[in-house]
Amino acid sequence: MNRRQALSAVGALLGGTIIGANYFLSGCKPTGKKAAAGFTADDIALLDEVGETIIPTSADSPGAKAAMIGEFMRTIVNDCYTDNQQKAFTEGVTQLQRSCRERFGKDFISLSPDQKKELATTLDKEAKALNSSDEYKKRRLAYDSLQANWVRSEESSNDFGASHLKDEYPPHYFTMIKQLTIWGYFTSEVGMTKALRYIETPGRFDGAYPYKKGDKAWGIGGFFG
Amino acid sequence: MADNNTYDAIVIGSGISGGWAAKELTEKGLKVIMLERGRNIEHVKDYVNATKGTWEFAHRGTKTRQMMKDYPVLNRDYPLNETNLDWWVNEKESPYTEIKRFDWFRGYHVGGRSLMWGRQSWRWADQDFEANAKEGIAIDWPVRYKEIAPWYDHVEKFAGISGNRDGIPHLPDGQFMPPMEMTVVEKDVAARIKEIYKGQRHMIIGRTANITEPLPGRTNCQYRDKCWLGCPFGAYFSTQSSTLPAAMRTGNLTLRPWSIVTRILYDKDKKRATGVEVLDAESNQTYEYKGKIIFLNASTLNSAWVLMNSATDVWPEGLGSSSGQLGHNLMDHHIGGATMGVVEGYEDKYTYGRRANGIYIPRYRNMFGERRDYLRGFGYQGAGMRGRGAQPAEMLAIGLDLKEALTEPGPWTMFVGGFGETLPYHDNRVTLDKTKKDKWGLNVLAIDAAIKDNEKKMRIDMANDAKEMLERSGLKNVTGIPFGEPVLGRGIHEMGTARMGADAQTSVLNKWNQVWDAPNVFVTDGSFMASANCVNPSLTYMAFTARAADHAVSELKKQNL
Repeated sequence: MNRRQALSAVGALLGGTIIGANYFLSGCKPTGKKAAAGFTADDIALLDEVGETIIPTSADSPGAKAAMIGEFMRTIVNDCYTDNQQKAFTEGVTQLQRSCRERFGKDFISLSPDQKKELATTLDKEAKALNSSDEYKKRRLAYDSLQANWVRSEESSNDFGASHLKDEYPPHYFTMIKQLTIWGYFTSEVGMTKALRYIETPGRFDGAYPYKKGDKAWGIGGFFG
Repeated sequence: MADNNTYDAIVIGSGISGGWAAKELTEKGLKVIMLERGRNIEHVKDYVNATKGTWEFAHRGTKTRQMMKDYPVLNRDYPLNETNLDWWVNEKESPYTEIKRFDWFRGYHVGGRSLMWGRQSWRWADQDFEANAKEGIAIDWPVRYKEIAPWYDHVEKFAGISGNRDGIPHLPDGQFMPPMEMTVVEKDVAARIKEIYKGQRHMIIGRTANITEPLPGRTNCQYRDKCWLGCPFGAYFSTQSSTLPAAMRTGNLTLRPWSIVTRILYDKDKKRATGVEVLDAESNQTYEYKGKIIFLNASTLNSAWVLMNSATDVWPEGLGSSSGQLGHNLMDHHIGGATMGVVEGYEDKYTYGRRANGIYIPRYRNMFGERRDYLRGFGYQGAGMRGRGAQPAEMLAIGLDLKEALTEPGPWTMFVGGFGETLPYHDNRVTLDKTKKDKWGLNVLAIDAAIKDNEKKMRIDMANDAKEMLERSGLKNVTGIPFGEPVLGRGIHEMGTARMGADAQTSVLNKWNQVWDAPNVFVTDGSFMASANCVNPSLTYMAFTARAADHAVSELKKQNL
């Protein structure tokens, strides 16, 4: 595939929008303000645990923690997220801890594996419900229309890049954590070479290569192979 | 090495066509200096990201907010990314003015966009060279297929084009290396299209400047799909992998990076160019280089810029402006009609290797006696591949089941996207914006171009046909992919601005790419194009460049220049 093809193919592959992966959304309005997404070591450790719960270690490959998923989330949220998304993400991390304490009376990191899975599953359901709720869609539409106004006003003064810089209304915070985990894991070294199959220099191409159920998919590395 | 800044020939620009000019002229014994406005990039040695894994990029290849801020134009489409950012032009140093939106994606360095290009390589046919004359559009091409065919042969053999001899009359076969393989699904869809459309529509493997057999100093394609990071195997055609080493081997080439040509020096008595003025991009010093002939290969818009800044004492609008056509007739391919669908079955088949090539559906509209409500046509590029993820991630919960599902291959999907012909409109043009300066205090270009009615009508077919073809071929969930505004520039196939033609009254160049007003100046990048066709244009620039170089040397020997 060439670049222009990959552009579209990857969108379908990962099943929709990924925040921070700007090939599929306009992403970040670069206001120039440095984001105050202050991730503490505890935050990173927490995100490692949440990530590991989303993509756990299995018989043949390590999970998201081994892919340093907390560190990855910090990098992407700080460098690629818009202010709006950063705010939603960091507030979400606080909210996650609060939900955890309300439910179990302790921090996520101290939960048993079953409890971690239980909470993450609950949050995943909560996120899906929110993202598809009429209330959320209404707020999102209203936000989008404000952004569209901004784009129109920029374009009227010949700033033709505006449509690619507009901000995006964030989904539920757990959706962001899950998307970052999946993206980060399957583009990490362990994800690509252990959970998936990876050959740096294939040397040939076979368009009808035998496949049997259970064979792993190729790691093609997300956006740029 | 010539003395006193004097050479037989000066080549301005080191991209696809400049590299070819340097190779052809040096191999014919001329002492040549090739001037490149940007930095040097050495083959293999400077491909610093070529062997990195995705995980070695902090943002896994994607763009950051800082990059979006620094590259507001590049940000409008796929080129803005972390992996080869240094190869795209610094927009702050080199701005331009958009009277209408025009996405201009540039590479200012040795090799130019030959390092990042898409590599699809297609010949034109007679119907393409004849269309302007038959339809009364703009002016006739002064060249027909049979004149350029031997030069297509010449450049294909050297550059190394892999492709299948498909026997399609309006997409002539060439000197191909063995084709890359189509996937099992592409073969299936290709057979259906052939049957459904009774041999009038084809789906064929892309003809690409990736070699499938070794050439001297170059290894055949290793199917890594990392071409635009630079290929350590030299498996795709670029100035660095192909024309530059050939030119260097002659001992006749001097390559000078950091050399912005600010104007061509013109002797109005002799009606000849005498050399060029160069601004050293690092030192800001000005130099002059003298030459008997000049090849202008600065890329379409920048070649127009150089001409507009030259011989202004004779022609205020610049060298080549006497026809009133310099800067006009700017074209690009308008891209759109991106469509995708799922191919059921073939669960026991997969792919091995990452093929940096796809399929092609050549033009079929306004052919075979058909007449649409617009002129010309479009082709599609695409691919049929097996994705990853048994189910979309958003449908799944969390935990081992999610991991397992995303570790399996997904269904086969097919994607196509159209490249449409843009007609040459006189009012699609570039001019000098004398109110804005670049980093070096030079005037910048103002671009004023847009698609018109013909292209807008064509785009309706482009979107509908893709859907229809995929659906009739049995694909499921066929959906159009929003591709954004149909703005020019996004095709990254700028053409026109110094078209060739039969006479000096209506064209900037003659049929040998010589400026009518200065026959020792040859313009052989995309600016000479009198129409755009719908196929990727670089192979045609190569062929015309080699032909022009041959003519130039022959004219030099006859002392006509």
